[in-house]
Amino acid sequence: MRRLALLMLAALAAGPVWAEGIPAAERRSGFDTMSPDIQAMQRDGMANPALLWLADGAELWGRAPAPGRSACAGCHGEAGTTMRGVAAGYPAWDAETAAPIDLAGRIQACRRRHQGAEPYADESRELLGLATYVAAQSAGLPITVPDDPRLGPARAAGKALFTQRMGQLGLSCAACHDDNHGRRLGAALIPQGHPTGYPLYRLEWQGVGSVQRRLRNCMTGMRAEPFAYGAPEFVALERYLMDRAAPLPVETPAVRP
Amino acid sequence: MSPQTPHRPSRRGLLALGPGLAASVALRPVAAGAAIRTESTAEAIRRFAGEAEIHPGRVRLDLPPLVENGNAVTITVTVDSPMTPEDHVRRIAVFNDKNPQPNVITVYLGSCRGRATIATRIRLADTQRITAIAETSDGRYWSTTADAIVTLAACLEG
Amino acid sequence: MARTLINVPKTAQAGEVVTIKTLISHPMETGFRPGADGRIRPRDIITEFTCLYDGETVFRAELFPATAANPYLTFTLRATQTGTLTFTWRGDNGFSQTETATLTVT
Repeated sequence: MRRLALLMLAALAAGPVWAEGIPAAERRSGFDTMSPDIQAMQRDGMANPALLWLADGAELWGRAPAPGRSACAGCHGEAGTTMRGVAAGYPAWDAETAAPIDLAGRIQACRRRHQGAEPYADESRELLGLATYVAAQSAGLPITVPDDPRLGPARAAGKALFTQRMGQLGLSCAACHDDNHGRRLGAALIPQGHPTGYPLYRLEWQGVGSVQRRLRNCMTGMRAEPFAYGAPEFVALERYLMDRAAPLPVETPAVRP
Repeated sequence: MSPQTPHRPSRRGLLALGPGLAASVALRPVAAGAAIRTESTAEAIRRFAGEAEIHPGRVRLDLPPLVENGNAVTITVTVDSPMTPEDHVRRIAVFNDKNPQPNVITVYLGSCRGRATIATRIRLADTQRITAIAETSDGRYWSTTADAIVTLAACLEG
Repeated sequence: MARTLINVPKTAQAGEVVTIKTLISHPMETGFRPGADGRIRPRDIITEFTCLYDGETVFRAELFPATAANPYLTFTLRATQTGTLTFTWRGDNGFSQTETATLTVT
């Protein structure tokens, strides 16, 4: 937490920060470089395994957490209407905690504040199902960069995290994903690393997982200590990654190798 | 944080990453199961087809030649057959030669015949050859093979 | 109850060949994979899938550890009369699940 605060201060002291990364016209989703059969798996309205989680989420959306308590649908009605475009603008600002919040965090906050329910466990089937269901309502819509100055410090901190060297190998995210995307690490093509399709079904996981799970795996692969699930560093990093990805369309639920 | 001197490369691999950057990357270890087979592919095929002669042909096996992740590979097996009561496919079996267990799937087609085609997703532990064998209603066996190269993820996720 | 997704065309012409697509949530633990503690995780797979068309078996599949997690299976059948399709998955640890769908044949 303190580290994040220091990063934010440093970033603010450095002046206004524009999300650069890869020039907007050159941004490409990891979808483009996947093999045709995995692309087909993502596109196929029956074969995409993430649809199982999506169906879970749709059911949870309409289910009251306890008698007398409202289901998500009780306040938000038809997700196809009310949640359309929402995920494309997350992480967003949460007024109550006066901090940025990601989609899973918002779902958990809603459960606590408005449904009187316990939070779901990190990476639980329920949380992933609901997050997939809500994010899927933005599928096809371009990722947007919210015009919210309160998110400025998180944006800057996210960029600082993305470009700083970490771990035993002294690698930064940018070293691979800005400077070497399109080249190969082993047999794997290095993608630009845009979180366009989360939560997504990763063949490596044989299940659906969040962007934080993926980032934790990256950090472990870099021989760095991964941040904990829900860490503010991750929310800041995701905010920067989404800025860096705009205006690529949301692909949730995606499939990736 | 200043860059650390890369530690001694693991015996599994060393990759050069961009100018001046050497990265030590742990590759996925060869699965212990890959060396152990419950039964040979030939034995498994014998259990399916008995002593019948297996003729190449009439079967088409679609799978990607280059596999990015062996956990879920889509395969389609189609058998050239009129699927009439007099001439149809009774069973289709798919075999692998590098997974711990040689069977992949065995399918029994009933009387309400459509086309002799199935699709599913399979696991491939390593680069290997897949064999599909069909039994037709005249008691004959037909087969085809397809090879798949399975690439490994560069970073162990842990 | 595992989540399933079954795709059956709403209607079919008599004699038409229709494609049925099925997807079920299941880890298909192979029995060859070590867990975090280094011990092999016990096998837990779906071993059999059947489709009945008005009580008659039209398709049956034996599955093995080589089937990917969350098994996806597509097959065809010839639509003859309006009837009930019954899909059953059976597997290790007493796993058994049945779903039905109606095939309307005009």
